[in-house]
Order: sequence, then C-alpha cells, then structure tokens
Amino acid sequence: MHMEVMSVTEPLFRLAPGVVFLPVAGILLNLLLGERWSEKVVGWIASLATVGAFGVAVALAVGLSRHPEGAVVPLLTWIHIGDFRVDWAFRVDTLSVVMMLVVAGVGALIHIYSIGYMHEDVRHNGDPRRFRRFFVFLNLFIAAMMILVSANNFLMLFVGWEGVGLCSYLLIGFWFEKGAGGIGNALAAKKAFVVNRIGDFGLLIALFLIFVNFGSLDFDAVFGQASHLAQVAPGVLTAITLFMLLGVTGKSAQIPLYVWLPDAMAGPTPVSALIHAATMVTAGVYLVARSQALYLEVPLAQSTVTWVGGLTALLAATIALGQYDIKRVLAYSTISQLGFMVAAVGMGAAVAGMFHLVTHAFFKALLFLSAGSVILGMERGHEAGHHHQVELDPQDMRYMGGLRQRMPLTFWVYLIGALALAGVAPLAGFFSKDEILAAANLKFPAVFGILLFSALLTALYMGRQLALVFFGSPRSEAAEKATESAPIVTAPLVVLAGLSVVGGLINAPGIYALEHWLEHTLHTVEAIPFQWTIAASSLAVALIGLGLAWWLYGQRPLPSPRETDPLARLLDGVYHALERKWWVDEIYHALFVRPYQVLAQGLAQAVDLGVIDGIVNGVGQLARQIALWWRKWQNGYVRSYALTFVVGVVLIVAYLLLR
Amino acid sequence: MILGISWLVWLIALPLMGFFILLFIPARAKNALRWGALLTSLLTFGAALGMLAQFQVGNPALQQVVRLPWVRIGDLTIEFYLGVDGLSLLLVLLTAFLTPIAILSTWSAVEEGVKGFMLFFLLLESGMLGVFLALDLVLFYIFWEFTLVPMIFLIGVWGGERRIYAAVKFFLFTMFGSVLMLLGILYLGLQTRTFAWDALLQQREVFAAAQVWLFLAFGLAFAIKVPMFPLHTWLPDAHVEAPTAGSVILAGILLKMGAYGFLRFNLPLFPQATLQLAPWMAALAVVGILYGAAVAFAQQDVKKLVAYSSVSHLGFVVLGTFALTAQGLEGAVLQMINHGLSTGALFLIVGMLYERRHTRQMSAFGGIWKVMPVLGALSLIVTLSSLGLPGLNGFVGEFTILLGAFRSAVLASPWFAGLATLGVILAAIYLLTMFEKVFLGPVRHEENRRLPDLNGREILTLAPIILLIFWIGLYPQPFLDLIHPSAERLVALVQSVALAAH
Repeated sequence: MHMEVMSVTEPLFRLAPGVVFLPVAGILLNLLLGERWSEKVVGWIASLATVGAFGVAVALAVGLSRHPEGAVVPLLTWIHIGDFRVDWAFRVDTLSVVMMLVVAGVGALIHIYSIGYMHEDVRHNGDPRRFRRFFVFLNLFIAAMMILVSANNFLMLFVGWEGVGLCSYLLIGFWFEKGAGGIGNALAAKKAFVVNRIGDFGLLIALFLIFVNFGSLDFDAVFGQASHLAQVAPGVLTAITLFMLLGVTGKSAQIPLYVWLPDAMAGPTPVSALIHAATMVTAGVYLVARSQALYLEVPLAQSTVTWVGGLTALLAATIALGQYDIKRVLAYSTISQLGFMVAAVGMGAAVAGMFHLVTHAFFKALLFLSAGSVILGMERGHEAGHHHQVELDPQDMRYMGGLRQRMPLTFWVYLIGALALAGVAPLAGFFSKDEILAAANLKFPAVFGILLFSALLTALYMGRQLALVFFGSPRSEAAEKATESAPIVTAPLVVLAGLSVVGGLINAPGIYALEHWLEHTLHTVEAIPFQWTIAASSLAVALIGLGLAWWLYGQRPLPSPRETDPLARLLDGVYHALERKWWVDEIYHALFVRPYQVLAQGLAQAVDLGVIDGIVNGVGQLARQIALWWRKWQNGYVRSYALTFVVGVVLIVAYLLLR
Repeated sequence: MILGISWLVWLIALPLMGFFILLFIPARAKNALRWGALLTSLLTFGAALGMLAQFQVGNPALQQVVRLPWVRIGDLTIEFYLGVDGLSLLLVLLTAFLTPIAILSTWSAVEEGVKGFMLFFLLLESGMLGVFLALDLVLFYIFWEFTLVPMIFLIGVWGGERRIYAAVKFFLFTMFGSVLMLLGILYLGLQTRTFAWDALLQQREVFAAAQVWLFLAFGLAFAIKVPMFPLHTWLPDAHVEAPTAGSVILAGILLKMGAYGFLRFNLPLFPQATLQLAPWMAALAVVGILYGAAVAFAQQDVKKLVAYSSVSHLGFVVLGTFALTAQGLEGAVLQMINHGLSTGALFLIVGMLYERRHTRQMSAFGGIWKVMPVLGALSLIVTLSSLGLPGLNGFVGEFTILLGAFRSAVLASPWFAGLATLGVILAAIYLLTMFEKVFLGPVRHEENRRLPDLNGREILTLAPIILLIFWIGLYPQPFLDLIHPSAERLVALVQSVALAAH
C-alpha cells in the first residue's frame, strides 16, 4: 500500500526485470525446443541467458553510478486483498545490484564450466538425456535467485527464497537414483528442503508479524517505521528479528539448521559451487544485511545473530578437519565461512559481511569447480586404469595424492583458492576476513576470539586438503593415471582464480569502494578502521595453520589410503567425534525424526483407525444389532436405504407443510 | 443467456439433457457414450464461461438471479431460486472445469458399465452445480442430497474391493449430518415463512435466539462434508475405493460443498453464533491441519496419503473462513479452488499409476521419474503446488489464510495461525516423502522398467490444471477480484454484529 513510487529517473533502471526474464527465456527455449538441439546449443543458450542477466546487472550498476539513490521498478500487482497488497516490483539499489552481479557473474562462469563438466558427468552416470534438464534447473535457479535479491518486499523475496530452495532440492537430487542404497541423493534432497522449510516457518511468522505491526511488507515502509516500533513495542521487534533468524539459519546453514548442507554435496559439483557455496546459501546474509534497520534496533537479536554465526564458524571448522570427501571438507568450510558473514551482519558490520560474501563467492566457487576438475581427473584415471570395474569413490582424498604433477593447472588455481580462503595476504579472503575480525574485536571480543581460532582451523584444514590431494605420491591407480581437464572446464577456473587474487581490492584499506557503494543503501554503515594488530594476527594464524598442516601432512605424506590420519593419532577420541560430525545428525534423528515417525504411526493406527473409526464402526455395529429386529428392512442394498430415506423425507416434509 | 434462458439454468439443465440423450445410446456403444458425456460437460463448461462473461465484477450482490415459484403450500413457497455471487462463482467454474477432465480420465480406466457410469456422472454434475447456485434452502437441500446418490453408486459399483463398506460409510456419515440440517431448514421455514436465502437474511432477528442450535445443525452437515477432524474417517475409505474420476470429483468439488455451506449459510444467517463458535471451529481446523498431515505421512497407500492431505488442506480453508477477515475469507475461497486443482490432479496421477500397475502401494513404485519423465515432471509441479511453493497457486491461498488468521480480531490469538503454519513443514514432509518413494530412487521392480509414459489424452487431462496452477500462483488478482466484493460484504456483515454486541 505504502510503496513509495519513486519515479524511475534513470532509463537503464527499466532493464531491471531482465535479470529474471532472461533466465526464464532460457528455460522456455530449452524446454520447448531443446530436445532437438545438441548439448552445445542447449548449454550455450542457458549460459547466454545468464550472461545477459549479468549484462543487465552491469547496466544497472552503471545507472546507479549516476543515480545512486536507485529506484523501484513496478511490474504487476501480485496479491491485493483489502488493506493487504503485495506487488511484483524490482528494487534497484546498490545492495541488490551487488548481489545481482555476484549471482549472474559467478553464475555465468559456472554455466560455461558446466557445458564441459556435465558433458562428462551425464555419460559417467549413464543418462545423457539429462543434460538439458540440468541447464533448465540451472537457469531456474538464476531466475529464482534474482527474484530473491531484486524483490522490493518481503513476500517477493520469499518467492525467490523458496524458489532457490526448490532448485537446490532438484539439483541435489539430480541423480536421484544414485547415492547410498540408490536413494541417498533423493534423501539428501528431501532433507535439504524439509530443513529449509523449518527455517521458512520462522520466516513466515516474521512476515505475519511484520505485516500486522507495520501494515505493509514493502521494504521502505517497514524499515522507515522500525525505530518507532522499537519504542512502542520492542518485544515485537525482537520476535520479528529472531523468527527471521530461524529462516537465516536454514538457508545459510547455521546452527541449528546447518545439517542439510553437507549432504547437499550429492549434487553435481557445479551445483555445489554455484548454489551451495557462492550464492544461494548467502541469501540469509543478504536478508540480515537488507534488514539492518530492524536488527540495529534490537541489541538482543544482534548478539544472538553474532553468536550463532561465531559458533557455527567454529563448529563447522572443527568438523571439516575430520572429513575425507574433498567436497565435504569444502561444504563444512562453507558453513564456517557463512558463520563469519552471519556474525558480521549480526554485529552491524554489514559491509564487512557483504565484502566477505563477494570474495567468498569467488574463491569458494573456484575451490568447488577445481574440486570438480579433480573428480573428473580421478574418474578419467579410474577408467583408464586396470581396475575400473572396482568401485572407487573419486571424491575420497585418501585415494588421491600427487595430483600436482598430473593436473598442474588445476593445482595452481586450487592453491590460489585455498590460500585466499585461509586468509593469506594479499589474496581476496585476507581483506574481507580481516574486516570481520576487526569489527568483532571492537564489538564482541569473545566472538573475536572464536573467529580467530576458526581462522586458524581454516588454514589447517585447507592445508591438510592441499597436502592430501596434490602432494605426496598417488595412493591409487586412478590418481596415478589422472589427467588434466579440458579448456572449457579450466578456463572459468582461471577467471575465478584471478578474481580470488584481486577481489580484495574492492574494499581493501584505503580503497573502500564497496563501502562507499553500499553507503547509499545501508545508511548506517560505520567505517571500521584498519587495525595493524588485527591484520597481523589474522595473517599469523593463517600461516600457523598452514605450517601445522605441513608439519602433519606435508613433510611425511600419507603412504596408503588405509593409513590412520596423522591428526587422528594426535587427537585420538576427539578426532573420531570430528569424523562423525559430533553425532549431530544422529542426535537430530533420535530427537526429532524418529519421534515424529512414531507419532505419525501412532496417530494413523491407534488413534485414527483405533479410536475414531472404532467409535464410528461401533455405532454402526450397534445400529446393526438393533436392526436385527427389523430384519426385513435390512436387505443390504444401498439403494433401498436411499429409497427408504427419500420416502421418509418426503413424508416428513409433506406432514410439516400440510398440517 | 441463450434463448432467453439464464446461464444458470443452462448449467443445471445441460448435464440433465445429456443424461437423457445418453439414456438412448445403447450400452455397447462405449465410445459414443464417452464422447456424449464429454461433449455435454464441455458444453456445460461453455455455459459456465457464459455466466462468467456476464458476471459484473465489483458487484457484491447476487447476480443473474432466476426466481420461479415452485411448490406452494399455504403461505410457504419453495422456490426455484438460483443466483451467483463472488462466493459461488469460482466454485461453479471449478465444477464445470473439473467434470470434463474427470470424464476424460475414465477413457481407458472404466471399461465395465460405461453407460451407467456416465449417466451417474452427469447427474452428479447437475447436482453439484445446483448446490452452488441454489438460494432457496429446500432447493439447496434437494441438490445437496441429490449429489449423494450418484456418488454412492460410483463408489459402490465402480469402486475397489471394499467398495460396499466405503459407500455405506460415506452414505451414513453424510446422511447423519444432513438430517439435522433438514430439521434446521424446516425450523427456519416455519419460523419465517420463507426458504429464500435473502429473505432469511432480512429476518435474522426472528430466529436469533436459536442461532447456536441452528449453527450446529447446519454446521454438522457441512463439517462432515469438509471433512473436519474428527468427522473425517469416511474420506480415506471413500477415496481408496472410489474410481479415479470419482475421487477427483469427491476431493475437487464435493468437499467444497461443506466449506461453501459455512460461507453461504452459517456466517451470514447465524453471525452471533459464528462469532461465538469461531475459536472452536478454528481450533478444530488447526488440529485437522496438523493431524491430517501427520497421518498422511504414515500412509503406505498413495491414495490414502492424498486423502489425508485433504483433511489437512481443508483445515486451512476452515481456518480462513472463521478468521473472519478479508484475507482469511478470500484466501479460503481461493484455497478451495487451489485444492480442487492440485488434489484433483494428484488423484489423476494416482489413477494413471494405478492403471499401469494395478496397485497403489508406494513400495511397488520407485524411480518412476526415470521411466516416465513426462509424468515425473508434471507430478513434481502438482506436488509443489500442493505443498504451497510460492509462485504456484497453493501458496497464495495458504499465505493469505494464515495472514488473515494471524491478525484476526475474532480469534484474537496468533497461536491459531502460528500452529497452523507448522502445517507448512509437515506438508513438505509427507508430500516429498511420497514423491521420493514413487518417483525418485532406483527402479526397484522389473515390471516398472517398461511402463509407458503419458499418452496425449492423459497429458490433456493434466495440462489445463497445470496452466491454472501457474496462473493463480503468479497472477491471482483476476480471481481475487471476482471473490473480493462478496467476501468483503460478508466480513462486514459479521463484523457489524460483533460491533453491535459491544
């Protein structure tokens, strides 16, 4: 209702709907005509649709450089009932356009990479017909993610929010007949959707509360009244922000709802890179950044968000140490890094959080795609070998080793990504992580300590991974015979590696371009001064972590796949807990999944069939007993009952009317 | 109108005319019977579109009224009194839309007794349309009972193994409720000397003292039909035994008669009782949402699962109705349509699986997406619609209902909506479990490996529904505009009573 209709001053802003409609056009083209096209055409149509969306995002950015106040581009009224009104309207501002650039930019690279990757993957998994389906899903994801980030109100954001969740479900279960017991992937997909739905329950409640208290779901109307509501009903605002946080913990894989993301690695590797590392999982960070006006009014919510982020960063980093699957290490790393971002936006350092979101998108996408290249290399090596009938898990790092010589390009880009993630200066991750640590040091010293220790673990597990995968000598025939991937796979890696090197410049000290850019939208941005001590200690822990990894894994490489992990010898029982992910999945199963199954069975059998239907049938039996006296009437034919009844009704009506 | 006869009369008459024509087609001419029934139902849909074209959007009153004295006894007249407004318009359209689809679904499913099947089906359509159009209470009651008979035969003759048990159960449950409603109608008529809906509305004061009893007498009939917890146990049995087309109509239309009954009669005629009992009704609705979802999750038979999902989904409709806010009420009407579409489609899909495998046990399937990619993709869309994915139809209804209940002054507690929102999680659990067990995973049974994918006719039955699933999800405004004026007037009517009470 109260949507401020800003006149669209900048003609470029009118292109905004294109970020959604171009990917949709890609979907429609491939759905309707793709059956007859070759893989190349299908892949490039989808890629071009995303490149086009990136072009639109660039145009919007150009427009914003001239008119940084942005605009709302309305499209259509969506739901309008009485005083409730929600529109399909696109919000062009510096925050939404940053997200668009990341989504479409990284998205386009991953689309192109997928042309090569999926060509091999669909053959390896034995169903080439699914090539087209993959690109339809990928385009659908871009469209949904764009709806999420370009929404001008909470409900349209929610459409994108659950839309990307659907794409995640579809792509985790892309090979739905594969995985543990043939059903593992399908179960992982379901788990992701259901766990996210638990988060979405919280977000929905937050939406109801927002509408009831603000009278609108439009961002401007809501945020404009935030401080007023904080005065008259602080409890309500606390409830809104905390319910919203539940949604954030689902989508951005934080405690307590992070458990779906590691299983989500069942999806093809480009999906892990795009959806489960670079973009979708950052939606929660974006939501808190977008809703800064609400969070800044509620100190309790701020500290809750910060602690959730900090503890998640630590917990996930510990688990990452105990994983052998190359992608699972990266998955737990993603959860941990998302924890950094969530902590940042929680403590009000929204720019630092967004900065880390952007750099993380570069180096984590790079790491996942490089891991994909490693997996392809292992699969090629496995098929070239003598024992290719024997099942081999091409993702198990214990069977790798020595890939540095066999896949040199992949090694170098992987190294860049790993160092950027570990926070080695001057790579991208160093600057963004440093900014979060600096903010934490000022505002939440305890969380600062946790994050610094997590940073140490980060360097350790990445060092461990580098050593296990690329150094030493091959521990299987597949690793022995592994070969470098094709240029269409490696080219996007080189681009992402470049971004991982220089990406930090967008907000490096002295430049602060991202901060000035986001200032126009996040009005409360407070500059966090660069602190030499923090920078030095963050670099120090990175180097210590890497050094520790070298000491444990590098100087005396793992000789065979069955050898005990050196860290396990050091930590003993604790390491077992890390390997088993602190038994969180088992605890959740015992606490929630199993009881619900038992409850549902009990309701279905004992209550529904036993009690309720028992009473019904009991009444029926009683009637039957009475009817024994009336035997001649009870001939078992429904129609004679019906006839009797109709006759009876007619008689009653006639009596009442004629008396 | 055509030939000077109102569309509303055509709507009821066309299926009956088809019925009489089909009577003269020999039973062995199966295809002629099928085409005859299909054409009749398509013509009826045409009449419904004619009615829509003539409908004045923005006018809350009853429109296109047909009013003829029918039976006159003393000073009491039973009228042939038809009309349509925003509450009934979409339900009439839904009925006329789903009937041809249901008939088309029987092409290969019904081979025995085609003639009887089609005859009953057309009778059923006429009766259902009558229920939604009738404005004389006795006429309404006649149509209400009139729908019962063909449905009993559809279940009892063309049903599964326990069809007689299911048919008798369905009959007795419904009858039990209807008898009390009939007494209520007679009481109203004798008190006010009229059976006309709007005349009764004018004379509400006359029977105001007996409101609660009248609410309960009508409400029981409607609650059984919806069905509300704990009166729902006839539904799973009826669905499991009913033939596919019967299930489509049962879930798609017949259940809506109950929800519609609340809107048309209980709310405006007994507003004080409505206000008084609304929290109880809402509480039962919330229990139904959660209970239906949990029990659906425990099912092995996919048709039973969908049946229990209806208990859950219809809980949302009842919750929205008794929120007594514009959002809740309009969401409820829209959700009736949404449920008709998505659950109708789910039953069609179950039927397609049953025709190929002659079982509905989910354990007999698995990996069907790989074998039947078209069915897999379409089923996915329908499943997502049913679990309320934003962008598809179910979400628009559910969200507005929950929002309406959350802010409802009558319910005066966010707990109703808050607990009901848990249903959103539970729906994802049981529906995705169903999808996983039937469509995902590896093909576990040899006989499933060569199942033929959907043929053109089968795609044709699902395609129009899927089109509407997207339309209502992305741009529901044209539908809401049709509902809005009448719903708003109804809310204002009940709220004015609430104000007067203070």
